[in-house]
Amino acid sequence: MLEGLIGRLAMSGVTAQAAVADSWGAAHALARHVARPAAVAPSDHGAAVLRDLPLEALRIAPQVTAALRTLGFDRIGELLAQPRAPLTLRFGPELGRRIDQAVGDAAELIESVRPADLIEVRRAFAEPIGAPETIARYISKLVAELCERLEAGGLGARRLDLICRRVDNDVQAVRVGMATPVRDVKRMTRLLCDKIETIAPGFGIEMMTLAATLAEPFGRRQMASLLIEETAADVSDLVDTLMNRVGERAIYRMAPVASDVPERSVCRVPAMAADSGTGWPGHWPRPSRLLAHPEPVETVALLPDHPPVSFTWRGVRRRVQRADGPERVFGEWWKRDAELVAVRDYFRVEDDAGERYWLYRAGDGEDATTGSHRWFVHGVFG
Amino acid sequence: MQPQPAIDALRAQIERIEGRSKRARSALPFGIAEVDARLPGGGLAFGALHEVAGGGNGAIDGAAAALFSAGVAARTRGKVLWCVTRPDLFAPAIAQAGLVADRVIYVEAGDDKTVLACMEEGLRHGGLGAVIGELARLAMTASRRLQLAAEGTGSIGIALRRWRRQAEAMDFGQPTAATTRWRISVIPSAPLPVPGVGRHRWLVELIRARAGESADFELEACDGTGRLALPSDLADGSLSATGRLRRAAG
Repeated sequence: MLEGLIGRLAMSGVTAQAAVADSWGAAHALARHVARPAAVAPSDHGAAVLRDLPLEALRIAPQVTAALRTLGFDRIGELLAQPRAPLTLRFGPELGRRIDQAVGDAAELIESVRPADLIEVRRAFAEPIGAPETIARYISKLVAELCERLEAGGLGARRLDLICRRVDNDVQAVRVGMATPVRDVKRMTRLLCDKIETIAPGFGIEMMTLAATLAEPFGRRQMASLLIEETAADVSDLVDTLMNRVGERAIYRMAPVASDVPERSVCRVPAMAADSGTGWPGHWPRPSRLLAHPEPVETVALLPDHPPVSFTWRGVRRRVQRADGPERVFGEWWKRDAELVAVRDYFRVEDDAGERYWLYRAGDGEDATTGSHRWFVHGVFG
Repeated sequence: MQPQPAIDALRAQIERIEGRSKRARSALPFGIAEVDARLPGGGLAFGALHEVAGGGNGAIDGAAAALFSAGVAARTRGKVLWCVTRPDLFAPAIAQAGLVADRVIYVEAGDDKTVLACMEEGLRHGGLGAVIGELARLAMTASRRLQLAAEGTGSIGIALRRWRRQAEAMDFGQPTAATTRWRISVIPSAPLPVPGVGRHRWLVELIRARAGESADFELEACDGTGRLALPSDLADGSLSATGRLRRAAG
């Protein structure tokens, strides 16, 4: 998880170091002085991981560090071996508190960082609630309140977090995402209510908090009049419902990429992305099913530019009746050095039963540096 | 066939009992007189569930069946929801059948149950032109739910049946509530006077049609707008004969 977090920060241009430890103080020290770029302390580590670290790791004022260095202290371990009373007498209670917090002897509250303008509504219940119908009723009340706040700010929610605090101090969280900014009470209520079964109410929920953790400007739009033309139906609510059911990555549209290599010619874009209006060049037929990995086949073929006479795929020998090709696809040398001379020759072949396949030969049929000259099935035509 | 007023009256009565609305009775014609004549309503009914499967190896890869469904969806209006379990559909081919990339929203569902749920959600929404779901198993109850969801809104639902193994394709014999049931098999393409592969051809079998009779047709695969066509050697006599004539003339 740590590496994932660091990777995501690196992608947005931030170099990060991270550490996991039992106490906040220890993690703070490890992240700054040990992590390259990640460090995980063993559980119940106590003071062991801190002994060799410099004094700066203790989150104390620079003048205190300087004074301690004058006294001959260099590492935290040396400081830990000293009796506490003279140190407190000299430097005040702050030093002792920081040491205890780092070692884990003193508890330290973690206050989560929250954006100041977070739109959030909450409701506390005198009697803990637990029934799904009751939860649903209060969700709709919270959503209505939240929508009023969103409307005042001219915003629409992209992500909602519903946090239910239970009587036994456990927290149940529900998160729903939206493809476009939304400020519709009915729609948001429906999305949240779909997830009620994931909330375990236990002995009851005493407080519910609903926050729009991701909000985007959502202005008013002019609706086209029926006089002009029939507008395309809005499916963003359907996309939201499905997205929260199957996951954000599982709902997508395909968009063309300018590449001749078939597996690179498509990319996934978000389902509600703006229409690109572009397509693929249509002068070569493409198979309706593309195999995830091209499968090698045994062929009988005349080199350099004849289609195979027959081929054996998945244990079945097929005699080629008709064929079309070759369509030569060159490697994309600007992507990898290995593709500098790589070539694929694609053929559309039809066997005597009428089944049509997309075969290719790695290499141009003459020069061995352009490929292995083995044959592969890459797709099935309809 | 002579129109029979008594039969027509009976049909109307049955439709009243079934409670099908007027809107649900409109249909999407194929534009081929021979095919449309066999379908009640003169085409593929809107607001209904249709089943499409591949024959032979097509039962597993479903390549021709997918293009047939894409061709139907291309001729509807609005976006199309395509629920898949295996992401091996190649979008450029779907675009070549007339269904442009901007119109298709793919949902990658893990199993048949999720596909059914997503299809039902899509059919109930009403803003979609067609909802296509790739399914291996389709029970009577599940198909009935989809059919009712489609009747409520007027979207076309297509259950694209696709199995993992050839033996499982026997499942296609089980009854479902689908309005029509099709099997698409590939047959050798249109012969060309030069070496090469001509326009792809399918054997399109209408296995079941509610209030209609089954039939089979040899058709040419979808063109760039999703339309099928009658092979020219059937429509205008034998191609080889005309080819010979032309060669004799030239």
